[in-house]
Amino acid sequence: MNEMDNKQRLELPHQQMAELPVDRRLAGASEVNVGYSEEQARAEAQRCLQCKRPPCVAGCPVDIDIPAFIKLISEGRYADAALKIKETNSFPAICGRVCPQEQQCQAKCVVGRTGRPPVGIGHLERFVGDYLVANPQPVSSSPEPTGYKVAIVGSGPAGLTTAGELAKLGHEVTIFEALHEPGGVMTYGIPEFRLPKDIIRYEIKALLELGVQIVHDTIIGRTLTIDELFGEMGFAAVFLGLGAGNPRFLGIEGENLRGVYSANEFLTRINLMRAYRDDYDTPIRRGNNVTVVGGGNVTLDSSRWALRLGAETVTIVYRRSREEMPARVEEVRHTEEEGVQFRFLSQPMRLLGDDGDVAAMECLQMELGEPDESGRARPIPIEGSEFTLPTDLVIIAIGARVSPLVPIAVPGIELDEGGHVIVNPDTLETSIPGVFGGGDLIPGEETIVRAMGDGRRAAQSIHKYLIDRE
Amino acid sequence: MFEVTSNRQLAEGVFGLSIKAPQIARHHHAGQFCIIRAAQHCERVPLSIADKDVHAGTITVVVQAVGHSTQEIAGVQAGEFLLDVVGPLGNPTNVGKPARGAFVGGGVGVAAGYLMLQALKGAGAEVVAIIGFRTRDLIIYEDKFRRVSDELIVTTDDGSYGYHGLVTEPLEQQLQEGAQPDLVITVGPVVMMAAVAEVTRPYAIKTIASLNPIMVDGTGMCGACRVTVGGQTKFTCVDGPEFDAHQVDFRELSERLKMYKTNESRADEAGAHHCQVEPAYWRLDERNG
Ligand SMILES: Cc1cc2nc3c(=O)[nH]c(=O)nc-3n(C[C@H](O)[C@H](O)[C@H](O)COP(=O)(O)OP(=O)(O)OC[C@H]3O[C@@H](n4cnc5c(N)ncnc54)[C@H](O)[C@@H]3O)c2cc1C
Ligand SMILES: Cc1cc2nc3c(=O)[nH]c(=O)nc-3n(C[C@H](O)[C@H](O)[C@H](O)COP(=O)(O)OP(=O)(O)OC[C@H]3O[C@@H](n4cnc5c(N)ncnc54)[C@H](O)[C@@H]3O)c2cc1C
Ligand code: SF4
Ligand code: SF4
Ligand code: FES
Repeated sequence: MNEMDNKQRLELPHQQMAELPVDRRLAGASEVNVGYSEEQARAEAQRCLQCKRPPCVAGCPVDIDIPAFIKLISEGRYADAALKIKETNSFPAICGRVCPQEQQCQAKCVVGRTGRPPVGIGHLERFVGDYLVANPQPVSSSPEPTGYKVAIVGSGPAGLTTAGELAKLGHEVTIFEALHEPGGVMTYGIPEFRLPKDIIRYEIKALLELGVQIVHDTIIGRTLTIDELFGEMGFAAVFLGLGAGNPRFLGIEGENLRGVYSANEFLTRINLMRAYRDDYDTPIRRGNNVTVVGGGNVTLDSSRWALRLGAETVTIVYRRSREEMPARVEEVRHTEEEGVQFRFLSQPMRLLGDDGDVAAMECLQMELGEPDESGRARPIPIEGSEFTLPTDLVIIAIGARVSPLVPIAVPGIELDEGGHVIVNPDTLETSIPGVFGGGDLIPGEETIVRAMGDGRRAAQSIHKYLIDRE
Repeated sequence: MFEVTSNRQLAEGVFGLSIKAPQIARHHHAGQFCIIRAAQHCERVPLSIADKDVHAGTITVVVQAVGHSTQEIAGVQAGEFLLDVVGPLGNPTNVGKPARGAFVGGGVGVAAGYLMLQALKGAGAEVVAIIGFRTRDLIIYEDKFRRVSDELIVTTDDGSYGYHGLVTEPLEQQLQEGAQPDLVITVGPVVMMAAVAEVTRPYAIKTIASLNPIMVDGTGMCGACRVTVGGQTKFTCVDGPEFDAHQVDFRELSERLKMYKTNESRADEAGAHHCQVEPAYWRLDERNG
């Protein structure tokens, strides 16, 4: 097989990942993507041309040696493939599932450029990630303790990655998390059917085995102050990974009617607080005709949960068109398959109530004009095009700002006009010496892999900062 | 895990729990609250911190066991544990330097006011407290309030103890008699706080209300606790819980609190117990506003 030439490889069919049929998806919270079988993984791996100067790597924010790990898969060396990925990305089972691959590594793949489906890098990464979960490898020898203590604020992907990397370098690491479960958005935001919570639990367990401590129910700036961390508690450096958990609203009339949720509230009630399970007390409004506003992953996640909670119709209202949707392409397809409807080029203007409960959404039709600052076509309202959607549950999923706790956690920290923490782009150090930051609270793509990439870089500069002090 | 060091019934359906939470006790200031999750399947319930003992490392919450979640918490006995207690949340009361301060509280909101009253006193103010309850059996914190306040007026809706009537009546009298406070703090049922705001508005007395919307995380992440203040959306858990009572849209807050009540139980409530005054009050409000 290895003797194949590029022409032959290009003729190999792309391996489709098996998916749950729609009726079974809607009946529960089971993961939609079933995963590659071993045969499929090896067959897909054969499609990689093993480019000498692989463009795919340039598309990966954490520079995974993609051809190398794919070659190891084709040789059946799955654990080695996983360890190859882990050289630069600690959580392959997570990134393989949630990276927007079609905008990153796979967008650059040479095979894709020939008009064929690109190599399924994400699916392959997930395959080896899952292999490692099922076949844990012994942890390499424990490092020499450095005697330094580092505090991590927030247990999202940025904080978890930083913690793991620092622990591997011999530092004593404690994560402080405001909520009662770790994981950040991966726990409270992203649904089980896209990223099973068992995967997060597994990765957290691995961190604990590295000696990382996680302290829940602790808000830095409230339960403990940064001065205490540096002072009596003896931490030598702090990493901030507080994320962008501050939902935006539309600012339209009727937005505070009952039955209007931010996506964060809706998803947190379900994912973190398990409102979908009968054995939990968390209340949630289910809605028969649900309307979700926005066009990203958060919008899709909310719409799909609404369907699973029994809605008759779920409609996504997005002010641009399909092409501009920032969501993962695979998720858009899944969402459509499951029966969610889309109203593109529609802008909500106000919400109408019935005795305090939301009853309808009034929208305006838009048309696309010149590109705006974001490079996407600017939607312009069409006069007199109002239309009304009856709805008994509205979910606003139009993005979030940096956590309002940042200036409370670190008084005096420098922020930019957008509220993001200003960091040195090389070291990720903030305006406060010894305090570093990464993930959604600094400017940049709001993706999990970027947060993890920041975490890795921050760990390296924290290490350097500590060692240089000697 | 957080140990409950004592759990005492203070009145009918009202329990005071002291909880071992040294970090919260140490960092707490008057006006701040905590969120408690009793066990894995339970909701996260916001509760004011009614008292604390920094040396013993405990905080006290006073919980009215109204529904399922508050009953779960009230049922945890001394020596048992609460799964999660997080805090102190929200911003401390900004008492400033008033010469005279007044606290107007109702129901369990009274407990939340105890440390605020102390803070007012600590700032050098002469303080009047007006605390109201439906009936004599529900009175809590009377002794504690008597110790801290220069003047204490207890009211009951049914006249079974103290002044017969609503808290707003003695407040109105005080204001008419000219003994005007520079600052009024009010904590209690929404309708009561709204009424207090209307009493002080014509006198232009600075009035702050500590709001109690539905919450989930308490970190500004979910937006469940949003309220309209001066026409702007604020998150109670990070921007509050105290706001200028003359700017708060109490009616909206009251409506939003019914989010998880069925139409049926909403109707029940309007007809029955503590909200007898509410529908009438909002009708009045509509006429005026
Ligand atoms: C619904 C949803 C779906 C998404 N889907 C995708 C996807 O498919 N692919 C993708 O790449 N990205 C996705 N994203 C974006 C991605 O989740 C974020 O970019 C990423 O989680 C950011 O990581 P972070 O570590 O910076 O912060 P977060 O994940 O936000 O974690 C921050 C953590 O810090 C805690 N915290 C905050 N303040 C304090 C404090 N003062 N003290 C202690 N703890 C504190 C918070 O409770 C939280 O746990 C999605 C986001 C959402 C909301
Ligand atoms: C800052 C703050 C401080 C508070 N302090 C106290 C206190 O010191 N003592 C006390 O007894 N209560 C206090 N409350 C109110 C208390 O949190 C609620 O009474 C409690 O959540 C109701 O839960 P339940 O399931 O027992 O009641 P139910 O009436 O059965 O509630 C049904 C649902 O509605 C929601 N809900 C209803 N009313 C409220 C409410 N007022 N606040 C939040 N959620 C509500 C809950 O999510 C619940 O699931 C405070 C609330 C806030 C926001
Ligand atoms: S981490 Fe994401 S971008 Fe990088 S190779 Fe994996 S799937 Fe592609
Ligand atoms: S660009 Fe595509 S074919 Fe080339 S190495 Fe990367 S994955 Fe393989
Ligand atoms: S409780 Fe979630 S934002 Fe305030």
